Amino acid sequence: MTAAADAARAAMLARIQGALGRSAPSEEQRRRVLQRCVAPSANLIPARGRENDRIAQFIAEAERVNATTGRLAGWSAVPAAVAETLSAAGLPPRLRMVDDARLASLAWPADLAVATGKAVDGDRASLAVAFAGIAETGTVMLLSSPSSPATLNFLPEMHIVILPEQAIVGAYEDAWANLRTALGAGVMPRVVNWITGPSRTADIEQTLLLGAHGPRLLHILLLAEA
Amino acid sequence: MQSKAHTFTANARAALADEPLQAALARFQGGFPVKRRAAIDRLPEFDALRDAGKAIKDATLANLDIYLEQFEAKVIAAGGHVHWCEDADAARQTVIDLCREAGAKTITKAKSMIGEEIAINEALAAAGFTPIETDLGEYIIQLRDEAPSHIIVPAVHLSKEQVAESFRAHHRDLPAERPLSEPRAMLDEARAILRQAFLTADVGITGANMLIAETGSTVLVTNEGNADLTQTLPRMQIVIASIEKVVPTLEDAATVLRLLARSATGQELSVYTTFTTGPKRGDDLDGPAAFHVILLDNGRSRMLGGPFAEMLRCIRCGACLNHCPVYSAVGGHAYGWVYPGPMGSVLTPNLIGLAGTSDLPNASTLCGRCEEVCPMRIPLPRMLRQLRRDAFASGGGPKPMRAGLAAWAFVAGRPWLYRLATGVGVRILGLLGRRHGRFRRLPGASGWTAVRDLPAPAGRTFQALWTERNGARR
Repeated sequence: MTAAADAARAAMLARIQGALGRSAPSEEQRRRVLQRCVAPSANLIPARGRENDRIAQFIAEAERVNATTGRLAGWSAVPAAVAETLSAAGLPPRLRMVDDARLASLAWPADLAVATGKAVDGDRASLAVAFAGIAETGTVMLLSSPSSPATLNFLPEMHIVILPEQAIVGAYEDAWANLRTALGAGVMPRVVNWITGPSRTADIEQTLLLGAHGPRLLHILLLAEA
Repeated sequence: MQSKAHTFTANARAALADEPLQAALARFQGGFPVKRRAAIDRLPEFDALRDAGKAIKDATLANLDIYLEQFEAKVIAAGGHVHWCEDADAARQTVIDLCREAGAKTITKAKSMIGEEIAINEALAAAGFTPIETDLGEYIIQLRDEAPSHIIVPAVHLSKEQVAESFRAHHRDLPAERPLSEPRAMLDEARAILRQAFLTADVGITGANMLIAETGSTVLVTNEGNADLTQTLPRMQIVIASIEKVVPTLEDAATVLRLLARSATGQELSVYTTFTTGPKRGDDLDGPAAFHVILLDNGRSRMLGGPFAEMLRCIRCGACLNHCPVYSAVGGHAYGWVYPGPMGSVLTPNLIGLAGTSDLPNASTLCGRCEEVCPMRIPLPRMLRQLRRDAFASGGGPKPMRAGLAAWAFVAGRPWLYRLATGVGVRILGLLGRRHGRFRRLPGASGWTAVRDLPAPAGRTFQALWTERNGARR
């Protein structure tokens, strides 16, 4: 950091501390305040985050925001469902998907061209696997990683997401708790995407249009057995 | 952006006479409030969540230095950089230096009110870069060289015909006779053009709806997906955010998110809510190699601890604009600077000074709807009144208004005189207006009667009637 940048930082912090009526915090003060970050706790969770039938709730909420859903028995049913989804949408049989052993081991139809890697211009459909589904708003939660590049969620016009039913939680807070369990406290993937329906805009005369810059279609495949 | 708030009266008058604008405002009116109401009806805990949201922001602001330093430490630990900028100048210079460092030519931008506040596009263009707004509304107003007229729907003041006209004027490579009468056609055209911008940009600049101290993450919500393409495809991402955007934890962010979209557009949640932590990692196939966060002060630390500190809870949902009778009548541009409506009328004088902006706190009927709908329970009417007091105390306002207010204060401060003066006045007006029940013209009140009739009083004051009724009841 340059001297000027250092000075700006110090001046901003000093002004904040002046406004708060105290000097720079002691280590003890700091530790006490940051306890909130060390042991995060949920605020009020609305009742709709605590429904009994989370699967039905997830499907209803996702469809309210123009996502489409399908229910499959398990992984082996994925290739046929994907092929059918592409053909129903009038898309060519080409798919860019996450690099996932559970997908790689499936029997993909010969006439469906499947590739992994990040999305590139011209990719029209992608397939990703959700870390969680959040029932309160029909939201899918995806984590970026070398095998699951974030561009897959945004560049193609159709985004197909696999969501194991056991990964559906009630509220946002449950999803955060599961993420901490999976990766460790305070560890975040580079990008966490919460996606609630397909891309949209209403910037021209409040006319709602789907497919602004991101996918025009969001299709969620729920897996009973994962 | 040079403030035109000092000519608010003239701006407002022009806006009222601007037919296309009035048509756009008529189209806009009611849409968001109705959707907001419907969303809240589906969430019985909404008011309790407002309390929770307010408590989060208050707790964070009470230890803002600690949370900012924690956020900074986490960003650095994730491989990113944090730049503390005291004012708009410093922020602009930092962004320009970073773009030079990246060897940038094309810069994509996702809508950011901080970007508007520091006028980053003008600064980038002057430094030889090509900044391209990617939110559809922002893209449209960038083509037209206009400022946003609403903090979440920047092109709300325009008709589709005006948009089509701008597209024809700027997209000269496309066939002149192409059909552009429907929003779908315009969106598809913009999508194709901006797709190329996303793919070729060297730097992506975004704002942030929140910063999370626990993890060093920036949070961004959009419906179009433009912010995600802006931040994922170029080799450098710059996040510009003001210091009050920090919240302690992911759980706190979740609570604020339950309030934000419902208050803004009536959605339960925006389509894309993105939590970003640092640059591309080792084996990642996409994402920016460099990740920078600008922390902008620009007057906010001065607000902390003062009578306007609660304004720092604002999450920029726009609900106060959507429910404001003045905003609905004149639109956003009349306010003359970056932030319109009630939140702008409080924020603008605080950020750029009350001199030259003192019309803004008066551009309110104090009807109180803004406070009623504010998800963060910001007492906007109280702050507007405080700014009026401050402006009067510092000698602001035209002489006739000051003299009138002084005369009013003299009378209102003496109850016997007030009763006498209003009693006589009301009796005379009652007598004069007996025949028609209203005045079409009244000397000294032409400001009122030029645009509407003044109802004639019944002949007795409210105080007199009140005393009589209460006496009778007793």
